[in-house]
Amino acid sequence: MTSEDNYSDNNVVSKQVHKHDHTPPADQGPVTQVQAIQIAMQELLIEKGLVCAEEIRETVELIDSITPSRGAEVVARAWLDPEFKSRLLHNGTAACLEMGIDLRPTPLVVVENTSLIHNIVVCTLCSCYPRMLLGLPPDWYKSTAYRSRIIIEPRVVLLEFGTNLNPELSIRVHDSTADMRYLVLPQRPNNTENFSVNQLTELVTRDCMIGVTLPKNSVTS
Amino acid sequence: MSAKRIGPHDVAGSVVDPVDTTAHELAGWEKRIDALYKLLADEKRCLFVVDEFRLAIESLGPDVYNTHSYYERWVLAIRDILIKKQIITSDELSQRVVDVLDREV
Repeated sequence: MTSEDNYSDNNVVSKQVHKHDHTPPADQGPVTQVQAIQIAMQELLIEKGLVCAEEIRETVELIDSITPSRGAEVVARAWLDPEFKSRLLHNGTAACLEMGIDLRPTPLVVVENTSLIHNIVVCTLCSCYPRMLLGLPPDWYKSTAYRSRIIIEPRVVLLEFGTNLNPELSIRVHDSTADMRYLVLPQRPNNTENFSVNQLTELVTRDCMIGVTLPKNSVTS
Repeated sequence: MSAKRIGPHDVAGSVVDPVDTTAHELAGWEKRIDALYKLLADEKRCLFVVDEFRLAIESLGPDVYNTHSYYERWVLAIRDILIKKQIITSDELSQRVVDVLDREV
């Protein structure tokens, strides 16, 4: 569900995932109790034939390969192609599939920043996040402080990210669930009319697709 | 707001600390537990679904939840699920943990 904040931060009511021989390199330093549990479980699961070391290694490589540049490419295309943007806002999952990005089975809802509305994404209960577009969530997204405060004082939290929003903007904070994901479609910065798709992609940071910052070259007023 | 909180994960509106925006490089074991989760819950294995995983994390209890890092909670939650579903036994896991720690010394 979506919460909305007009001119005040105090009225936001938001509510609406043998043998470590072939797996990635060992960690530095002594193994903690919990790390030992991770290693022990992995070994037992491999011995029982439920997973194989190769699959774990490949999955870690897949996780490492997904970066926010994927999301940035989607945003840049939406900035350049009004029809794609319309499809993206109507059905984010289907529009991403057009670009070869398969988000299924988790639906994607894309929320558009405008001259009146600024959107921010959170998962107050845990860490739901559009991983297939942005990679793994950053530590702060999973932190208790962000999860707790972004819904009651978004403007204050954004200042901690160096983002000073126009006080006239309405802020909508979207609380993700395990069954769907949000992505912010930021506003295209001014004076980028002649930018190529690659130049536009460069402006789109991870944090602006979560809504805690604005794209590079943006001017706040 | 005085609504009853449903668990230690229900933190909305309760904290005043600033957001620490620094990032740490994920360790190998953190990526491996993330990968294990994806594999165990995938279409091929389907040993559990995301909601069971969430419930397991949310059921760790406030003492465990609040004293362990994000991926430490994942390890403990997946452990609880695997034992509950009798995919591994508590005894064999305990013994293997001892073996792992012995080996690492």
